[in-house]
Amino acid sequence: MAEITLEAVQKRFGDFTAVRSSSFVVRDGEFFVLLGPSGCGKTTTLRMIAGLELPSAGQILLDGEDVTFKRASLRDIAFVFQLFALYPHMNVRRNIAFPLRCQGVPAREIRVRVEEAAALLRIEHLLDLSVSGLSGGDRQRVALGRAIVRRPKAFLMDEPLGALDAELRALMCGELRALHDRLKTTTVYVTHDQLEAMAMADRILVMNRGVIEQCGSPQAIYARPASMFVAAFIGNPPMSLLRFRSTLKAGVSRVGLNGASVEIPEVREDVGEIDVAVGIRPEHVRLRDEATMRGRVTGTEYLGTTQVVTVTTEHGVLKARLAADVPVEIGTNVGLTFTSERLSLFDVASGRAIKTALYERDRNG
Amino acid sequence: MSLAIAEGELFVLLGPTGAGKTTTLRLVAGLERPDAGAVWIDGRNVTAAAPAVRDVAFVFQQYSLYPHLSVYDNLAFPLRSPARCVPEDQVKQQVEAVASLLDITSKLSNRATRLSGGEMQRVALGRALVRNPAIYLMDEPLSSLDAQLRAELRLELKRIQRDLGATILYVTHDQVEAMTMATRIGVIREGRMVQVGTPREIYERPKNVYVASRLGSPPINLLPSHLLPAPEMPAGTTTLGVRTEHVRIRSATNGYRPTGHVKWIEHLGDQNHLHVAVNGHQVVTLVEPEATFGVGDEVHLDLTKPLYFNAEGERLEGRP
Repeated sequence: MAEITLEAVQKRFGDFTAVRSSSFVVRDGEFFVLLGPSGCGKTTTLRMIAGLELPSAGQILLDGEDVTFKRASLRDIAFVFQLFALYPHMNVRRNIAFPLRCQGVPAREIRVRVEEAAALLRIEHLLDLSVSGLSGGDRQRVALGRAIVRRPKAFLMDEPLGALDAELRALMCGELRALHDRLKTTTVYVTHDQLEAMAMADRILVMNRGVIEQCGSPQAIYARPASMFVAAFIGNPPMSLLRFRSTLKAGVSRVGLNGASVEIPEVREDVGEIDVAVGIRPEHVRLRDEATMRGRVTGTEYLGTTQVVTVTTEHGVLKARLAADVPVEIGTNVGLTFTSERLSLFDVASGRAIKTALYERDRNG
Repeated sequence: MSLAIAEGELFVLLGPTGAGKTTTLRLVAGLERPDAGAVWIDGRNVTAAAPAVRDVAFVFQQYSLYPHLSVYDNLAFPLRSPARCVPEDQVKQQVEAVASLLDITSKLSNRATRLSGGEMQRVALGRALVRNPAIYLMDEPLSSLDAQLRAELRLELKRIQRDLGATILYVTHDQVEAMTMATRIGVIREGRMVQVGTPREIYERPKNVYVASRLGSPPINLLPSHLLPAPEMPAGTTTLGVRTEHVRIRSATNGYRPTGHVKWIEHLGDQNHLHVAVNGHQVVTLVEPEATFGVGDEVHLDLTKPLYFNAEGERLEGRP
């Protein structure tokens, strides 16, 4: 069990700043995901928690103890790389037992703990088999077994599922989360894949260019993105951003788009005349012939149950997720309506979200 | 395996790792020799022909660009090969046309290594497109890209294919790519073609349980035939195939008899999956974002035209 605290942690490599002053707390027992594109600083942050990199400034606390300069091997944290690395000449039992043997744990205890780990992962029946004949999924489970058998204070995982094909990845996501629910060990998990993050995390920290963009539950990050970066990074397809110039002040609840008046969550701050982007999730768009907001259909993607329709408007391109049986023709002019209470607004210059009723409404449940 | 691909078609071979998709592609390209059978391209039997004379262009998963050359020279490379001797002014014309098609005109003088992953993959596609071959062969060309780029290039590739009227044989294990891009899909399993059809045919009228479970998100629910009433169920049905659009879920309050209860709701952002427990089985469906079900709610399920499968896994037609 462990709480991990980062206070104003920074990491520079020469002239390059990989992580700018970052502070956050990973709560005891939490499944915490660091999410961002490659080069955003998420792996560097994880490696600093592990003790594989030293911060240029700031402090790292493990259960309140300052471990900033403590050696990695003394931190009692298990770092899980790509899960594939197994010893091919050892059987499953010996692979899982390996870290305990290195620590000089007595054989009797090793036996008990290996069987416990195998039971947790539901691979007891594989213990005496050679690892070379195992399926991809079972190999992953054995590799995980080797991490959990140590009973560390926390797990740090760096894109452990990156090398797997899509189907196995989805399956392992479910298993990792189920395992976490049984063990309740604090886990920090790094990925660039938003679906993995959404499927597993208690909370997600979104990073971009060494800066924390937002930290919150998957639902909060999806429904109330704090910045245009988060809006466009999360979602498949991501949030559409329509840009226009407008004067916004507290109390405004409609904006002019394309000659149409579009309802928005009530604005809660005065921002003056600025370039604004309205953020619209694909599932919050409907086609209505009579709507005054217009656009031209420029693409359709049939997905079976649903389809994703691309509509080009004067203010930018918009994606709509509709039922697959809604007839849509490329090239036609369509009317658009939105689930207005779900729209986000952003200041284009700073990229930050503008305060609106959206935030209050959801915070109260 | 027998298969005919029509001119101007984007034909997708869909299957898991090891199903034989890439081998099929390599047989068409001439990189592998068949043990039996023949390959015809444009009415010519090319079974014994060398890859170079088959008039095919191959795009691999890994963009294999020449790192020491500029984008322009990378695109021009296939045209400048001694076998073709295209005059340089015509090379320029073709390279520029392809660059504008792929929206990389501003990058032409860049070194190939000074590009983002998406740009590199577009250059790799461009190098195939400058040639105007009889058929393009593409082996998971998008799978090394991140999700957003993949979504963009999916649309772009389809638009280019339409604009050029190109014939493409495309291999992938990604059902979304197959569904969104294909004129027709061939579902392949353990070296055999299981079904060929348009995305809609394959999705709505799968030949068997295997094809049904390869397509759809969330995956199709396979339930024992007695679990829920299905009025049109034909004789011999052992398994019901139930997708989101085959089930209507209502709150069991207004006189609707409860048939299950909500176990949990999985918030995957744009897709919220509702897990309903029905007599020890689980039904997973998509729910509209505005739906108001909560965990523990009693619900009533009605099936509307589900898929029916017999004991061998073959699909049966519903009774009219």
